[in-house]
Amino acid sequence: MKLIDIVDKLGLKVFSNSDKLNEIEVTGGYTSDLLSDVMGNAQEGQIWITLQNHKNVMAVASLKDLAAVILVKSIKPEENFLKQSVEEGIPVLGTDRQAFEMSGELYKIFN
Amino acid sequence: MKFTYTIEGGDFSKAGHASSSVKKVLKQLNVNSKVIKRIVVALYEGEVNVVAHAYRGKIEADINAERIYVRIEDEGPGIPDIGLAMTAGYSTASEKVREMGFGAGMGLPNMKKNTDELKVTSEVDKGTTVEMTTYLK
Repeated sequence: MKLIDIVDKLGLKVFSNSDKLNEIEVTGGYTSDLLSDVMGNAQEGQIWITLQNHKNVMAVASLKDLAAVILVKSIKPEENFLKQSVEEGIPVLGTDRQAFEMSGELYKIFN
Repeated sequence: MKFTYTIEGGDFSKAGHASSSVKKVLKQLNVNSKVIKRIVVALYEGEVNVVAHAYRGKIEADINAERIYVRIEDEGPGIPDIGLAMTAGYSTASEKVREMGFGAGMGLPNMKKNTDELKVTSEVDKGTTVEMTTYLK
């Protein structure tokens, strides 16, 4: 499924790379605030749901070829995080919902 | 091909630099993407370990047609009990490091899982050396 369809369906905010939503293919999601957990277990093409708000999130997302990052609970990405996101071409998205609700809604789309 | 990178302890903004660079090289060499992912996971964990625990470190990556050999050498507090450090969930990371989502005690286990050969040697108050070999085919 294209990232743009997920953004539309779930009413997500787009903080960066809005021009890339059309190209990115999403295979599912992964919810975690532990970077090593995501490093070890997330799969290419997944959307990462987290409350971690720093540049290293983008390093992990890029190394794992993730589709996008969703920041939960109305968190706004810090400047370095956003900058890195533009460099890597991986969109940072946002929602007012908490991780449990966000994961549930994304899960429904894929199951 | 040989590549060298330096790491500063405590500087999380550059963690992932070496992994990202090695990933690009391996992609250019048309290495299987599953193999690249394993290498990159292990190397990233190694970088983060130096940033989180040591004062400074050096990474050397040596790539040939058969394998990639990575040596991560740091000056730091060293590891008194390597067996314990290899235990999943065991961590000595600071509160600050944990708040960033690191230090869950998954680093060395992730490295072991994602390399073909892993060797960790350490001297307390001197530093730690990690050697990782992964075969490309």
